[in-house]
Amino acid sequence: MSTPFFILAAVTLAGAWGAMTLRGLVHCALALAVAFAGIGALYLNLGAQFLGLAQLLVYVGAVAVLIVFVILLTRGGDADAPRLSAASFAPWPLAGLAVAAAVFAVLGWAIFHSSAMLSPTAAAPQNNIRQLGVALMDAYVLPLEAIGLMLTAALIGAVVVAMKEKP
Amino acid sequence: MTPLAGCLLVSSMLFAVGLAGALTRRNTILVLVGIELMLNSANLNFVAFWRFGPHSQDGADSMTGMIFVLFAIAVAAAEAAVGLALILAVYRHAKTTDLSQLIGRRP
Repeated sequence: MSTPFFILAAVTLAGAWGAMTLRGLVHCALALAVAFAGIGALYLNLGAQFLGLAQLLVYVGAVAVLIVFVILLTRGGDADAPRLSAASFAPWPLAGLAVAAAVFAVLGWAIFHSSAMLSPTAAAPQNNIRQLGVALMDAYVLPLEAIGLMLTAALIGAVVVAMKEKP
Repeated sequence: MTPLAGCLLVSSMLFAVGLAGALTRRNTILVLVGIELMLNSANLNFVAFWRFGPHSQDGADSMTGMIFVLFAIAVAAAEAAVGLALILAVYRHAKTTDLSQLIGRRP
């Protein structure tokens, strides 16, 4: 456990907390971008360079910007709730919080009672982009094609769903 | 605390925050944001186990964790695009993204 890890984890969790609790939707989207960038930096910290940069490109570059677009298109940006009030939350927010707290308690209990607490740190796996590319083109070429097909279908589907319909 | 346990703890906190947001916020877009956060916490788990778990040093086996995360990122991007398009379509009909006002509406 190193200091950079703690700093990145704190930034990520603060961003996630802000994304879920801030009152302005645009502020939520910006906090979400911070959380995504923090996760990308955590990947870099763990030694997964390609994944960290892919996370930055896809999430901070595309998903967060897409969310900002939708917020502006649905006029959520000028929502004017002066403060975070009951109107921002579901009818029984405490029930949702209790479920989340219970899930976290179970996960934390499982982590603290697992062998992850005492296993020695393994050596860093060999990791270079060339190996990743070879694996993608060799052993995982069929899933790669399936993902390409799915992305195409999702692109067309998103355009069709969001298109103005004829009255 | 080992680094693996630290990563798992951070990722479970991220999951809990995303779950709490998805369950308690009223705005559709923020519910989607909570789901994205939960997906990201799962990805962080994959990377942590890839880095600290036992693995073979050669061949495609040592890349499995990374490739799983790569595919998960692609699936999450597609999910975000379709979900946001759905939100736009619903907004065009109902003129609101508030879930409480959407419940029980006739199409």
